[in-house]
Amino acid sequence: MGGVSTPHVLLGLLAGGSRHGYELKRAHDERLPRARPLAFGQVYATLGRLERDGLVASAGQDRVGGPDRTAYALTDQGRDALDQWLSTVEAPMPYVASTLFAKVVVALLVADVDRARSYLVAQRAAHTARLRELTTVKGDPAATLSDVVAADFAIAHLDADLRWLHATLGRVADWHREVHP
Amino acid sequence: MTQLQARGVVRAYGPTPALRGVTLEVAEGEIVAVTGPSGCGKSTLLHCLAGILRPDVGEVTWRGHRIDTWSEAARSRLRRTEFGVLFQFGQLVAELTAAENVALPLLLAGTGRREARTAALTWLERFGVAEVADVRPGEMSGGQQQRCATARALVTEPRVLFADEPTGALDTLAGEQVLTQLVRLAREQRTAVVLVTHEPRIAAYADREIVLRDGLVDHTGLGLDVPLAGGAR
Repeated sequence: MGGVSTPHVLLGLLAGGSRHGYELKRAHDERLPRARPLAFGQVYATLGRLERDGLVASAGQDRVGGPDRTAYALTDQGRDALDQWLSTVEAPMPYVASTLFAKVVVALLVADVDRARSYLVAQRAAHTARLRELTTVKGDPAATLSDVVAADFAIAHLDADLRWLHATLGRVADWHREVHP
Repeated sequence: MTQLQARGVVRAYGPTPALRGVTLEVAEGEIVAVTGPSGCGKSTLLHCLAGILRPDVGEVTWRGHRIDTWSEAARSRLRRTEFGVLFQFGQLVAELTAAENVALPLLLAGTGRREARTAALTWLERFGVAEVADVRPGEMSGGQQQRCATARALVTEPRVLFADEPTGALDTLAGEQVLTQLVRLAREQRTAVVLVTHEPRIAAYADREIVLRDGLVDHTGLGLDVPLAGGAR
């Protein structure tokens, strides 16, 4: 799985009707509350590329006491591209591509077992703190289901990391002996 | 204010040490998670705190009174009145309906039958399982059973609830629903909770975490005293 495909997310947000850039940014941040917020520049640049490729088209401009705002609509070609993206299953992550993992390996290579262990303990504390924050977010009576589902996703991944951190703390001494026979 | 305290608690099963000198405090209304790998002594600690087991060495005090020296009858009375206990598998009485199960601790404490049933129905309602009030455990889902068991553990409005892996037998969503409700109601009535779990995501519901390792407290607290890369949060 790579990064989030912003073009496809924008196509999806246009599926319900035309919107201009500002509305798209707001809808994105609302629907994907735990994602990195979209910058306006990124929205307009992406819309420019989508228009160039024929996936969206300008649907008129309005002027509300300020500069012209262009609304964009999905084209048939854009709808096909969106369908295509939605019907493609994401491949489970093929590589262990985590700084967390790499840092422990490098700590074991260049330092003693205590250095790796203290890194694991500190990382576990940071992960636990984040897990608590997200759990609090979910418990907030004002939380929407979008907030809860997004927090669930983050919690599940932190939980997986934490299990790995716990297990690795139990293995780190043996692992060090294997790396430095 | 500290209500429950363990000082230097040691407990062994034959030659096998389970706790090797545990000291901790639980304040009024505080939710404390006790975590750690399998075999670290979590459940034994919970049993000692709840007065189910007696420590070999050390002491357990409740509101300033040493309870580990009390008779079994006195400790049992404490568990019926001030303490509530909840296990992984709800341990409902198979022959009784949900409402009868939840009413049971009140009846044992001398509450009248009608009043006990009314309270039981209220608690089943709070846990969203009013519809199974007259159903026996064998005909309920695991999630429904655990909600009933949690209602039963809280019906006496105990000052401390001891919960040993209360969501361990449930799937993620069902477990979360039980736990969210448990934590919310415990906070409402200022019931302290000692929550034994091996799952980080369950421990995250607590105010504080105590991690055991090999029968000793490994570390406690929220523990974020390290800089994060890039200053990110």
